[in-house]
Amino acid sequence: MSYTVLALSSIGGAVVVDLMLLRSRLLFRRAFWVSYAIMFGFQLLVNGVLTGVPIVRYSSRTILGARLAYAPVEDLAFGFALILTTLSCWVTLNRRRAAISSRR
Amino acid sequence: MRHLSYLALLAACLLGTAPLELWLGVRVYRRWRLLLLSLLPGGLVGIGWDSYAVYAGQWHFDYRYLLGIRLARLPLEEWLFFLVIPTCAVLTLEAVRRCRPDWMIGDEPADGDETADGDEPAEADRPLAAKRWRLR
Repeated sequence: MSYTVLALSSIGGAVVVDLMLLRSRLLFRRAFWVSYAIMFGFQLLVNGVLTGVPIVRYSSRTILGARLAYAPVEDLAFGFALILTTLSCWVTLNRRRAAISSRR
Repeated sequence: MRHLSYLALLAACLLGTAPLELWLGVRVYRRWRLLLLSLLPGGLVGIGWDSYAVYAGQWHFDYRYLLGIRLARLPLEEWLFFLVIPTCAVLTLEAVRRCRPDWMIGDEPADGDETADGDEPAEADRPLAAKRWRLR
């Protein structure tokens, strides 16, 4: 499977985790989108350094070819999925802890 | 020096976000067990995918910019990436929460728990048994 296909599926997977699996529903929270907007800028920077130096080289067969600040656009999809999954887990664990401590 | 490039990039990410913990007081590193647990699912999938991609020739790393330590086809720095970047994400979310406490995230403590940011239950109210369950 190409990076394009995997990157798109990773977004699908992260959305399923957030909305159905953990039900953290971060995708409906303003705080999430504002955080993501802040991270987006830094994401471009980090991806740009990684591919601009280049520390990582992509095979042209695996990507669409569209690039933003040196990095293939697929990197943005993968980054979004990683961020959403992590924050979804973080919020779920914190929610569980809050529930446990308020029950006692 | 060139072989420290990737490591320096990751260090810059940690240094850049350190003020959020130190001065804004987001208390993310203080909840390090919760943090590590949160990083685990994304990290495992990410490492698996990454390792597959290198195997499949989708991308490769230029070892002139790396320490040269390799685990499961991936440079050590790439493993650290999956610790550092998601940590920065958690720090950012908590910083936004800190600046905009009225924007609910969904893990706020239930009514009656007056602790400000939900991560410091009042010790006096809590029976000893409850402490076992606290993941902080």
